[in-house]
Amino acid sequence: MSDSFKAKSPSRRQFLSGAAAVGAGVVAGTTAKAAGPDPLITQVQDWASGTGDGVDATPYGLPIDYESDVVRRNVEWLTADTISSINFTPIHALDGTITPQGCAFERHHSGAIELRKQDYRLMINGLVDNPLVFSYEDLERFPRENRVYFCECAANTGMEWAGSQLNGAQFTHGMIHNMEYSGIPLRTLLEEAGLNAAGDLKDKWVYVEGADASSNGRSIPMEKALDDVLVAFKANGEALRKEHGYPVRLVVPGWEGNMWVKWLRRIEVTDQAVESREETSKYTDTLEDGTARKWTWEMDAKSVVTSPSPQSPIKHGHGPLVITGLAWSGRGAITRVDVSKDGGKTWETARLAAPGEKMAMTRFYLDTTWDGEEMLLQSRAMDDTGYVQPTKAELRDVRGLNSIYHNNCIQTWWIKSDGEAENVEVS
Amino acid sequence: APAFAEKFGLGRTALPEEIAAWDLDISPDGTGLPVGSGNAFDGEELFADYCAICHGDFAEGVDNWPKLAGGMDTLDHEDPLKTVGSYWPFLSTTFDYVRRSMPFGNAQTLTDDEVYAIVAYILYSNDLVDDDFELSNENFLEVEMPNAGGFIVDDRLTSEAHFVREPCMADCKEGTPEVVMRAMVLDVTPEETKARKVQELMDATKPD
Repeated sequence: MSDSFKAKSPSRRQFLSGAAAVGAGVVAGTTAKAAGPDPLITQVQDWASGTGDGVDATPYGLPIDYESDVVRRNVEWLTADTISSINFTPIHALDGTITPQGCAFERHHSGAIELRKQDYRLMINGLVDNPLVFSYEDLERFPRENRVYFCECAANTGMEWAGSQLNGAQFTHGMIHNMEYSGIPLRTLLEEAGLNAAGDLKDKWVYVEGADASSNGRSIPMEKALDDVLVAFKANGEALRKEHGYPVRLVVPGWEGNMWVKWLRRIEVTDQAVESREETSKYTDTLEDGTARKWTWEMDAKSVVTSPSPQSPIKHGHGPLVITGLAWSGRGAITRVDVSKDGGKTWETARLAAPGEKMAMTRFYLDTTWDGEEMLLQSRAMDDTGYVQPTKAELRDVRGLNSIYHNNCIQTWWIKSDGEAENVEVS
Repeated sequence: APAFAEKFGLGRTALPEEIAAWDLDISPDGTGLPVGSGNAFDGEELFADYCAICHGDFAEGVDNWPKLAGGMDTLDHEDPLKTVGSYWPFLSTTFDYVRRSMPFGNAQTLTDDEVYAIVAYILYSNDLVDDDFELSNENFLEVEMPNAGGFIVDDRLTSEAHFVREPCMADCKEGTPEVVMRAMVLDVTPEETKARKVQELMDATKPD
């Protein structure tokens, strides 16, 4: 790739004169008159004269080299090792709502395992009429659905409970991705095994676990299992990535990412919650008095301005500015997002790129003019239950500082007069 | 009884041996516990062999690895220490998790008796039993976990009902909001600041 790039790069003479012209434009602002003819226009460039890559050069493509900063990033000090750890989606650089799978965040508890379709087995057992084993091929023969949902780690923004720590939307809000899933309703598989043996379904549970060493077992109430949970094998049109559960994962709309069990191998109908490690030691939320909430499944309404933000500063000078970000709610659809430039004193309503979809990401824009004034930029999401995204202070009033999970507070970016941005808290 | 859709006839019946191999979970009431036993004394040796390199000789944790003991009565402190002893509500979870997912990197290699012994040692390291304590499927439910009553079911819809409201649009704060905390002061963000600086340097000096 770099060979083919080199062959087509502009000559050094062209580069220098071109760079000078572009540089002058940045300094003068975008509406300034051209200092002279732009050689990128007046001189025939190699790409307008020679040829590019053939169609056989890239059977499965990666982004162009110039986008090499749009990648998952790790924060070493967060966890003891990289096997049971987290990385972050580069949301500061993305637009729209669909997350490219290749840079969609990962969270593993014993690493991303390699599980071939031929070796894949899914068991349904417990309080069912007939315990079953499915092969991957069996699953492809059930009627399928397609749905777009966000998957947000319960710990997203968790490092920010005590204060402003990490400088970038990728790090403060990037434990999230949003994909179009193809799969089977969990309900279909449970009915295939038969639920008459379970009796009254109201007080029943399903326990789901993965094929990896951590197993990540979680208990889900039957009502949710029969509602909208999917057993998915495709995301954004193609097979799940290895790190996202290939070949089969659970999709649990609106609920904390930990319950989206990857490499799903077993579904057990039970008459009580198992109270596994991932729903006792972890994914329980300690309150100020030392008691802890358990079974905090839904991810509340939340939003963040992705640009401008610390990793995406304003570089284009004064004038038109697009403020954009993402909003989502685990309890329904986003109905509105407000944006404040003055730290929450006044708000204006942003434009949604498309009407909010239930438990899926929504893109918002505020098309504005910036003349170099400092801003304390915030966004505030609302969902169709009437819930309004709270401030961090309001959350702390109820929960204290030690909840770790479920931090859906309003984020503030301090935009400086030079366009740089910083993660801050405001009074 | 609810009406169910017709079946597709896909999959096959799971065999008892297959269910036994995969269905290992244990519930708080002891459902799923295998027959077996082990004492804290033997558990100490097993712990030294298989666990202490990460979790410490006394289950106190090494470096960033999880601490399994200590932290009693710290849950309402500024920095609570949440361990099996101070936080975990059910002993079933400890047995279940150790048997299925530990040691890290070599899971599912311990026998049931070894797991009983290791769990007994973890209890001992939390000062919850004596060093001659033997744990078995018979006495398992007699062990009292200090924080068994420490959990409430998600109450956000009531305790946070005030977040359903009409949002303020103007004059929402008295005075001018000011910056009171800055991430740059901590400066713990990895790579990124550096990565962006490098990218800027590359952008500025990329003739080849």
